[in-house]
Amino acid sequence: MVAATPKAPIFDQVKVGDTIKPIVLPPISRHQLALYCGGSGDHNPIHVDLDFAKKFGFKDVFAHGMLSMGFLGRLVTSYAPRDRIRKLGTRFTSITWPGDVITLSGKVTGKREEGGEKLIDLEVKCTNQNGQDTLQGHATVAAS
Amino acid sequence: MQLDKKVIGHEFEAFSTTVEAGKVKLFCKAIGEEDPIYVDEAAAKAAGYRAVPVPPTFLQAITNDDPGKGGLLRLLNVDIGLILHGEQHYDYYAPVFVGDKITCQQKVTDMYDKKGGALWFVVSETSMKDQSGKLVAKGTGITVVRNPDAGKK
Repeated sequence: MVAATPKAPIFDQVKVGDTIKPIVLPPISRHQLALYCGGSGDHNPIHVDLDFAKKFGFKDVFAHGMLSMGFLGRLVTSYAPRDRIRKLGTRFTSITWPGDVITLSGKVTGKREEGGEKLIDLEVKCTNQNGQDTLQGHATVAAS
Repeated sequence: MQLDKKVIGHEFEAFSTTVEAGKVKLFCKAIGEEDPIYVDEAAAKAAGYRAVPVPPTFLQAITNDDPGKGGLLRLLNVDIGLILHGEQHYDYYAPVFVGDKITCQQKVTDMYDKKGGALWFVVSETSMKDQSGKLVAKGTGITVVRNPDAGKK
C-alpha cells in the first residue's frame, strides 16, 4: 500500500478526543538504523556500531530519537497534508532498541483560532511492544 | 566534569545548504515514508506543491549538513558517546522544497542540570531561512549530557 497525501481536516467536523488511525511499524532493524544514519546525516556511531555503544555502557546499539520523530511526522502527515503542519515536537522518553515494535498513535487535544488560522492540537506518541511510550509528542495542524 | 554556563548565548557560524532530491529519497526510505509527493515532482505538483517538499523532520538532515557539525560537542568539550537527545521541537512557517537553499543559524539558549549534576540539559535554537531570506522553520533541541563524573564523589 502506498501512502497518499490526505485532505486537510475540516475544523467544524473535528472533535477533541478524535483519534488518528494508529500505525504499527515493522520491528526496528539494524539495517534501518544504518539507513537513517546516512539519510539524516546523524553519524553518531552509538546507533550503528555495537563496539562503540558497549564502550559507553549500552547493551546494544539503539535507534536515533529522530528516527522515531520521523515516524511521528509520518503519523501527522497521514492526518493532515505536509503544508498544513505548523508544529511538531517531542520528548524522547525511553530508548528504542533493535527488534522493538513501535505503534504510532495520536488524538486531538484542542481546537483554536490563531493568526487567522483554524488550528488543531494533537498529542502524538510512539509506544513499544511493552506498552511503554518511547516518544511523547505534540503537533499542531491547520484545518480548513 | 563541569559544564560551563558561559556558553549560553553562544552563536554558531551560520551555513547554507541546498536540499538534494537524492537525500530526501534516502531519508524517506529510512523512515518508511511512502507518499510519492516526497520523491516524484509530478505527484507533488498534483498535490498542489510548487516542487517536491521535504518530510517534517527532514530539517534535521539539513542542519546536519553543517560543515562545522559537532560544534556543540566541541563547545561543551564532551564526547559524542555521552549525549542523548532529550527533546526536539519544530515550528514550521513554510514548507521546504528540494532545490531550496537553506541558511541555518544555531545558538545556545539555555543550560541546566538535573539529578545533582548527573545530567546536563543544553537547549539550542536553530533558525532556518530560504534563499529569499524568509524564515521557514525554527528548531529547538535539548541535548542531554551524561556526566561521566557523576557518582564518583
